[in-house]
Amino acid sequence: MSALSDQLVTYAILAYLVAMISHAVEYALGNARAVAAKAAAPARELVGAGVGGAGGTVAAPAPAPAETRPSRLAARAVLAGRIAGWVTALAVVLHLGAVVTRGVAAERMPWGNMYEFVLTVTFIGAGAWLAVLWRHPALRRLGLFLTLVMVLLLAFAELKLYVQVTPLMPALQSYWFIIHVSTIIFASGIFLLGVVPAAAFLMRAGWEQGRRSFPYTLARRLPAAAGLERLTFALHAFAFPIFTFAVIAGAIWAEAAWGRAWGWDPKETWAFISWVVYAGYLHARATPSVKRNVATWISILGFLTMLMNLFGVNFFFTGLHSYAGVN
Amino acid sequence: MTTVDDRPAAPPAPRRRVNPVLALLRNSWRQLTSMRTALILLFLLAVAAIPGSVLPQRGVSPEKVNQWFVDHPDLAPRLDQLGMFEVFGSVWFSAIYLLLFTSLVGCILPRARDHVRALRMRPPAAPKRLERLPQHAVLEAPAAADPEAIAAVLRRRRWRVTVRGNEVSAEKGYLKETGNLLFHVSLVAVLLGVAVGSWYGWHGNRILVAGADNAFCNTRQQYAEATLGPRVDSVDLPPFCLTLERFEADYLASGQAARFWATVKVDHLADGSERTTGFSVNSPLRLGSANVYLLGNGYAPILRYTDKYGNTQTSEAPFLRTGDANATEEGVAAFPDANVDPRTGQRDPAQQIAFDGLYLPTAPESAPFVASQFPEERNPAVNLRAYRGNLGLDAGIPGSVYQLDQRQIDNGKLKEIGNKKLAVGEKWTLDDGSTLEFVGTKPYITIAVRHAPGQTLMLGACVTLLAGLMGSLFARRRRVWFRGSPPEGGSPTRGSSLVEAGGLPRTEHPGFADEFAQLVAAVSDDGRRAGRAREGVE
Ligand code: HEM
Repeated sequence: MSALSDQLVTYAILAYLVAMISHAVEYALGNARAVAAKAAAPARELVGAGVGGAGGTVAAPAPAPAETRPSRLAARAVLAGRIAGWVTALAVVLHLGAVVTRGVAAERMPWGNMYEFVLTVTFIGAGAWLAVLWRHPALRRLGLFLTLVMVLLLAFAELKLYVQVTPLMPALQSYWFIIHVSTIIFASGIFLLGVVPAAAFLMRAGWEQGRRSFPYTLARRLPAAAGLERLTFALHAFAFPIFTFAVIAGAIWAEAAWGRAWGWDPKETWAFISWVVYAGYLHARATPSVKRNVATWISILGFLTMLMNLFGVNFFFTGLHSYAGVN
Repeated sequence: MTTVDDRPAAPPAPRRRVNPVLALLRNSWRQLTSMRTALILLFLLAVAAIPGSVLPQRGVSPEKVNQWFVDHPDLAPRLDQLGMFEVFGSVWFSAIYLLLFTSLVGCILPRARDHVRALRMRPPAAPKRLERLPQHAVLEAPAAADPEAIAAVLRRRRWRVTVRGNEVSAEKGYLKETGNLLFHVSLVAVLLGVAVGSWYGWHGNRILVAGADNAFCNTRQQYAEATLGPRVDSVDLPPFCLTLERFEADYLASGQAARFWATVKVDHLADGSERTTGFSVNSPLRLGSANVYLLGNGYAPILRYTDKYGNTQTSEAPFLRTGDANATEEGVAAFPDANVDPRTGQRDPAQQIAFDGLYLPTAPESAPFVASQFPEERNPAVNLRAYRGNLGLDAGIPGSVYQLDQRQIDNGKLKEIGNKKLAVGEKWTLDDGSTLEFVGTKPYITIAVRHAPGQTLMLGACVTLLAGLMGSLFARRRRVWFRGSPPEGGSPTRGSSLVEAGGLPRTEHPGFADEFAQLVAAVSDDGRRAGRAREGVE
């Protein structure tokens, strides 16, 4: 089972890679398509960028322009984008298979060490992306960034974090383990996904303000900035209460396991920092005098603190939470 | 998400002369309770917490702090002055969160007042030109103009409704502000819980070796280290005693621990009751007045020393884990009362005896005997050095009971006289004819005993905090208005009348257009149905 899980991870990485390449092809061909589409239906694609609620109306595909070379390219671009979406879905299925078989092999929830943690967080991120894509197909082009993140994180996990299946140490044997870790993982997965539109928004906003230098040019064919910003907020607003709950559950568990609810162990300290930074993001977004791109930077900072907690604390500090199993 | 303005300053009452001090205070308060200040303070709080994770903290790992002082003799005292080893109790950290919470209170009080007012007010009258609102519709429905019927439709959908003449105003989503206030009030309650816990709480740590001889009673002296809150006195500690009767540990073949279980006898001295019960990691012993947590475990070797006069003494001092995976332990067995001459009854400081070294639960087959091979006792052995001389215990300098006084060894008052590995039952005869026997071992556990009174409050506050947060993030405040106008020139009951509707989302609400459309449809359906019913009657 464990070997099967490893194989599935490899296939999932390959599938994300294929999806990424298809997205890139769509991107490359998109130029021609944009030229063709501009004549027919300007900015039609952006209509559905709204997030949340039942209002995600999505524009019908642009009416076919006259048979020209760009239009054939455009058709190919659409095809590449569709393929990318379906291959991502396939990758997510493989990814799920890898998580499940890992859990079966270990005879427990597959969240006992850093490798399994990253494996599951990325699965949540990718799965949530499919949900977003389902409701707002117009955001498809973000898939390029998402699949890139998936390939990088999974390959890193595979190369640097991989460990054999082992049972849990006694300190982790508790139903609080399931409650605390599953919610942390879920929230982390959504925060991870939230970084994609946040970064895309920052680039796109720059592009819309007329910046034409390197990172901004990447955003040329991204959906409109306002929609990206709303998606960023919706994902963070969704993940924040879950993260809050997870931290509280952790404190309740720590009370039972270590005799204190909160002891400022490095992991707890960084969870506190992340929580405060994300609270800061929500505040900044609600304060009109704070610009939206400043708020969005705060959300990215929040994710950096999450990464610090996952990698930095496990590698550099030792505390009660050192069960990472990477040495 | 409300796009609230920074809280608008109350218009200053026209006064003849403004006291400059008062003006300054008022301005500072206004600054402090602004969203921007809250944001900056939140950010500061996050930054201030970072050193607490980078540098070792006294409350978490005092040994590491000491090590840091050894490694960085210049820097450490300076950082210590800044409170860097006790970040979360430091003046500056406290200052930040106290300012933040002052700002928070200053922010929620006026908002709570405004919100209560808003809850008691009727939804406001419709703006003159409904077509200017983000959502607008004109219904042409027979007899739908009856404002009471429209109000009924809205009420069924849990809108707060008021009717003024031919005009219906409705509002929904008060939960957003209610939740937001609840959330922020809960934050204050969590902080209160922390404060109560640190004032009225206490905790202590110690090692408990198995056996009735080693029972522990809950007094301050019996803890290796104890912290009592400022409002707790030593005599307030609830009276109970604990005896470790049994300790079980199961290990996997790899040496990883699979299960721990400690069985203890609890004597409640207050009412004389006693009971035997078990506890473990993740399931502490809850005594009501305090909780007992299992933090660690190990073995105390039983070492019997017979001195040159034939007097026998036994040490059951616990040896501490060195930290390797296979439970190698190190420690000291000291016999300061050894070799007391039975004729004089005098203790000879130069004839004191001590042993230090290792305990190996599973010793290897052959030398070197420096590391255990499995955490369980499969082949227990001690590997000890013997010392004779002055142990330095009388000098009054507090020393560790787990280490010999290195100064006495360095200045030659305490001399090493040999070393040996002993399996259980083996005896070692020293140069003066005295003997040391390794009798066996007793398990010990490391426990923390803790009373944390603020915890129930904190838990309750966390529940309301989450509930409030969800309300605040997911509720949406919005208003709708319906205004009926009599059909031009016709009679009010005959023909089709016009109803104009407008909708205003007061917070970001992407689904509002749909909701508005549904509402309008419901109102006109209802109107049509009512109209049909009326026509049937006629
Ligand atoms: C202990 C520090 C604080 C924390 C952890 C905190 C946390 C939060 C969080 C997580 C939210 C998001 C909920 C939402 O968007 O509805 C929020 C909203 C809000 N907070 Fe705070 N807050 C703190 C202090 C303050 C202070 C001092 C103020 C007043 C200046 C304040 C005013 C607000 C307001 C007005 C909102 C509503 C924003 C909206 O309508 O969306 N908060 N707070």
